[in-house]
Amino acid sequence: MTQQEGGFSPETVLEHLKKNGVSHVVWLPDSETNFLYMLMQEEPTLDLITVSREGQAFSTAAGLSVGGAKPVILIQNTGLMESGDSLRGWVMGMNIPVVLMVGYRGWTRHGVNTDTAATYTEHFLHAFGIKYYLVESDADADRISLAFQDAEKSKQPVAVLVGDEFHGFNR
Amino acid sequence: MIQTAEMLEVFQQYRGDAVVIPGRGGRHWVKISNQPDRDVPLGDPAMGGHASFALGLALSRPNQKIVLFDSEGDVLMNMGALPTIAEKNPKNFYHFMLNNGVYATTGGQPVPNAENIAYDVIAQGSGYPATYSFDNLEDFTNNIQGILSRPGPVFVALKVVPEVENVPIGQRARWQIKTRDKTILDLQNALGPRVV
Repeated sequence: MTQQEGGFSPETVLEHLKKNGVSHVVWLPDSETNFLYMLMQEEPTLDLITVSREGQAFSTAAGLSVGGAKPVILIQNTGLMESGDSLRGWVMGMNIPVVLMVGYRGWTRHGVNTDTAATYTEHFLHAFGIKYYLVESDADADRISLAFQDAEKSKQPVAVLVGDEFHGFNR
Repeated sequence: MIQTAEMLEVFQQYRGDAVVIPGRGGRHWVKISNQPDRDVPLGDPAMGGHASFALGLALSRPNQKIVLFDSEGDVLMNMGALPTIAEKNPKNFYHFMLNNGVYATTGGQPVPNAENIAYDVIAQGSGYPATYSFDNLEDFTNNIQGILSRPGPVFVALKVVPEVENVPIGQRARWQIKTRDKTILDLQNALGPRVV
């Protein structure tokens, strides 16, 4: 088995959020993002908004965007699927340019997928017609900025799927 | 109980330059408001999201008073938004909630446990620093100026008369006077650039 070199560091995520002018992170913590949480808390240019159900993230982001702020949504794929109607109505229907950073729970490049969260993630994005990028390591991180560019250009959400197998949020 | 249109007429007197998200009161508000460019009558993009939308708007524009007329059906659908609002503690956010006890747009079926929920208590328990509950226009009228003068976030539950719609959705008269895109554009022009 060939293992991809390197990991996906929280510092890299933060760097791209800052580089793209993100003002607010609307998120629901998942098991892979604790270290990122600590970094974001220490970053004075970011305002963290913790929701208790992922659908709230989309309407919150819509309000922020309409007000002129630049939100990013940080959730897990399970929560993305739970959020379908809010995604449709509050973000897609209102032409909100927002990047969704989605923890790709269950994703694996090797062997057999055993997690239905991963099974349906890309099908879900296809069904909604949402463009997405897969990011597995720091070497892919430029795709985060591409996602921001695509979102601005299309005035629609663009997803970044964070391949759980390789990133290093759990430290 | 309170007639929503009468309540909004009273509110209009004390609105100042607040941005108003009229929610389920939109059909009345578009006839009452004297500052339509500062109104955000979105209709119903997706049920349950108005409170979070208003929070986002309040956080992005901290020097601008934001007033939301939410509904109890929306609050019930996303009650978890209340602790987030309380945690972020936006001083410029005024969260009114129209409680008619029913799902009026679908024919008037009661919301769960309609007669026994204390929404102001739920908001208080979620951490809102100030909550109110009114079931008559006189009390609302006597308190609205004070409510809008104090720092937010404030939650105000209003027991209103149901306005049940039994006409099929496709046959209902459209009350919106602008498209959603135009509504947002007009608001952004009225507010000007965001200053950080």
